[in-house]
Amino acid sequence: MAAIFQGVGAAATLSSSPSNSFVPKKFLTSPRRSFCVPSSVVVRSDGSVNFDLNSKSRRAQQLVANATKADSSAASSSSNPGHELLLFEALREGLEEEMERDPCVCVMGEDVGHYGGSYKVTKDLAKKFGDLRVLDTPIAENSFTGMGIGAAMTGLRPVVEGMNMGFLLLAFNQISNNCGMLHYTSGGQFTIPIVIRGPGGVGRQLGAEHSQRLESYFQSIPGIQMVACSTPYNAKGLMKAAIRSENPVILFEHVLLYNLKERIPDEDYICNLEEAEMVRPGEHVTILTYSRMRYHVMQAAKTLVNKGYDPEVIDIRSLKPFDLYTIGNSVKKTHRVLIVEECMRTGGIGASLTAAITENFNDYLDAPIMCLSSQDVPTPYAGTLEEWTVVQPAQIVTAVEQLCQ
Amino acid sequence: MALSYLRSSSSRSANLLRPLSSAASLRRPISTDTTPITIETSVPFTSHQCEAPSRSVETNPSELLTFFRDMALMRRMEIAADSLYKAKLIRGFCHLYDGQEAVAVGMEAAITKKDCIITAYRDHCTFVGRGGTLLEVFAELMGRQAGCSKGKGGSMHFYKKDSNFYGGHGIVGAQVPLGCGLAFAQKYSKDESVTFALYGDGAANQGQLFEALNISALWDLPAILVCENNHYGMGTAEWRAAKSPAYYKRGDYVPGLKVDGMDALAVKQACKFAKEHALKNGPIILEMDTYRYHGHSMSDPGSTYRTRDEISGIRQERDPIERVRKLVLSHDLATEKELKDIEKEVRKEVDDAIAQAKESPMPEPSELFSNVYAKGLGAESFGADRKEVRATLA
Repeated sequence: MAAIFQGVGAAATLSSSPSNSFVPKKFLTSPRRSFCVPSSVVVRSDGSVNFDLNSKSRRAQQLVANATKADSSAASSSSNPGHELLLFEALREGLEEEMERDPCVCVMGEDVGHYGGSYKVTKDLAKKFGDLRVLDTPIAENSFTGMGIGAAMTGLRPVVEGMNMGFLLLAFNQISNNCGMLHYTSGGQFTIPIVIRGPGGVGRQLGAEHSQRLESYFQSIPGIQMVACSTPYNAKGLMKAAIRSENPVILFEHVLLYNLKERIPDEDYICNLEEAEMVRPGEHVTILTYSRMRYHVMQAAKTLVNKGYDPEVIDIRSLKPFDLYTIGNSVKKTHRVLIVEECMRTGGIGASLTAAITENFNDYLDAPIMCLSSQDVPTPYAGTLEEWTVVQPAQIVTAVEQLCQ
Repeated sequence: MALSYLRSSSSRSANLLRPLSSAASLRRPISTDTTPITIETSVPFTSHQCEAPSRSVETNPSELLTFFRDMALMRRMEIAADSLYKAKLIRGFCHLYDGQEAVAVGMEAAITKKDCIITAYRDHCTFVGRGGTLLEVFAELMGRQAGCSKGKGGSMHFYKKDSNFYGGHGIVGAQVPLGCGLAFAQKYSKDESVTFALYGDGAANQGQLFEALNISALWDLPAILVCENNHYGMGTAEWRAAKSPAYYKRGDYVPGLKVDGMDALAVKQACKFAKEHALKNGPIILEMDTYRYHGHSMSDPGSTYRTRDEISGIRQERDPIERVRKLVLSHDLATEKELKDIEKEVRKEVDDAIAQAKESPMPEPSELFSNVYAKGLGAESFGADRKEVRATLA
């Protein structure tokens, strides 16, 4: 896994020149982090730019400006400031910083307090912030998710952890009807600034019930935002942005990505919740992916580059709403799209994304969109079978070759 | 136009009323009299795991008349909603609260607007009790802009944030964990207030209720769970749905109190007691023994699972408004005529509000897309194509 990641880092640093001509040069201030633009800047799809001039966004602008400034200095100087950490530590850092910054932020979930979190994302937070801010709940997802939403209605900012996203199926009613809809049905009186997060996805032989991909079940719920993190950098940034957002955000993490290592900046930064990340610019084909499949794609990309292809890899990150701006620009450039996802074929994120791209960019496509997803089966326990349910790099290579004929 | 005739006639009758009420005030000031009176509740409280409060409730003429007026207003409002529904001006689901007014009114008398109330879909009167206006009620029921949720919520989604009324929920039982979350937020901010989470006898069998109760008891939250037991969960009688219909005992380790929900003073006493208890000792369950005259909703005649004799029997013996009327008359706090005048006044208020609500326009088409997401801290959400979607329907 570390080897794959090194490849990603290298590819990212190589791609310093703005290959995406639609993004104004202003935003490409730093080679590596060029696409985490300040969230206060609104880039409309016609290329015009609006700066949100209220004080909150000015603060946000100052935040990210620091990060990019430091990064450019980092690029210029030989020493590398910033610190190295694992993805779960990045999540914890983001959470801790937000809890320090805003006393209304609290965490509730199973084993998050004294135990330190089953994936160590909340390790030592209970010792630091106390039992009222890092709450160990009984195993009662429906009610503690409901309680988080009720607390959010009054202005608290709870972060609800599902030990595994699959367990949140028990809280589906609360997430769909209360979390998603209360802002609308109350005519705007209540905002629900809650973050619901947890690991999901296919792990290592965890069995069918612990390998679920809930993003496909939640994607229709109106009123929520969904993001999926894939690197320590965007994990911390998305966690912070999600906590600060006034909307309910579901942050999807992946069980197998918690031990990814990366060097991230020391200063405060957040990532835009609705934005996709350009992992590797290219010319021949657009590969859209998210979460763990990003690494399978990058592995396949190495093989593809050797074979002479130039794939453009975009980590869509924002699962609801889709960043059709970045995606559209890429489609207009390459005219071929391959979606690689971990959701199941039927009704997954890939299915929605295919529909969205076809609806909006059909004229720019030279070939039908290809979508590689997991098989429509419960994830089996046996290792070999499990491997076959999920998309593997070899399949991605074959798909690109097919697409580019 | 009929409307203008009504208005002019009402101004005439208002002129007539004024001298009468001033004459009344010369005789004895009733509406602002706060000399305490002690009245016994209809039945004693039964308690579970705690000491029941006393049967003697302290009140005063002003409060009793406020009870009468508020309950008459709520009753009139619900009957008017019934007619509006039959006239197809209110669509969808409409769950009426007439018969249960004492719970809303008694609760308000015991608490402040800092305390939170959350309830299920039978929320029209609770909303009015929290300070909602009749215009907001009728406009929301008819789906107009002047409604409390801008016409986008409907009968089951009334909310009033500034007086801590959290709704208004359609899914049975889902409001109880929300209510415990409100209590958690109150404990977190240390503001010495409590949350009343109301639910029905049907919702009392929901698992999430017991989950939330467990967490509330564990974390000592100031949550008061109030079961408005009108003995029928939709069309199923309580003895057919619950093995143990003693809902005040269902909390097991959580103390409970059974209250006559048709007696506004008993409700007031119980809520006062519960508030003191919750602030010190954590959650408590109140079971309000009440009754609804209408069916479960407007689509339910309400007579297939209960006899008309039962309904009329309760109306004769336990009606909350009649009880207060008898109290007022027996303590000589107002004359029969004055009470009738109040009822007429209330009826007019309701009619005026309906007329005003009918004039309110339907929501603009762009309102379809507003309030789906909140904009804040630059984390704006654009919709699928990164443009702000504003539909203009032809």
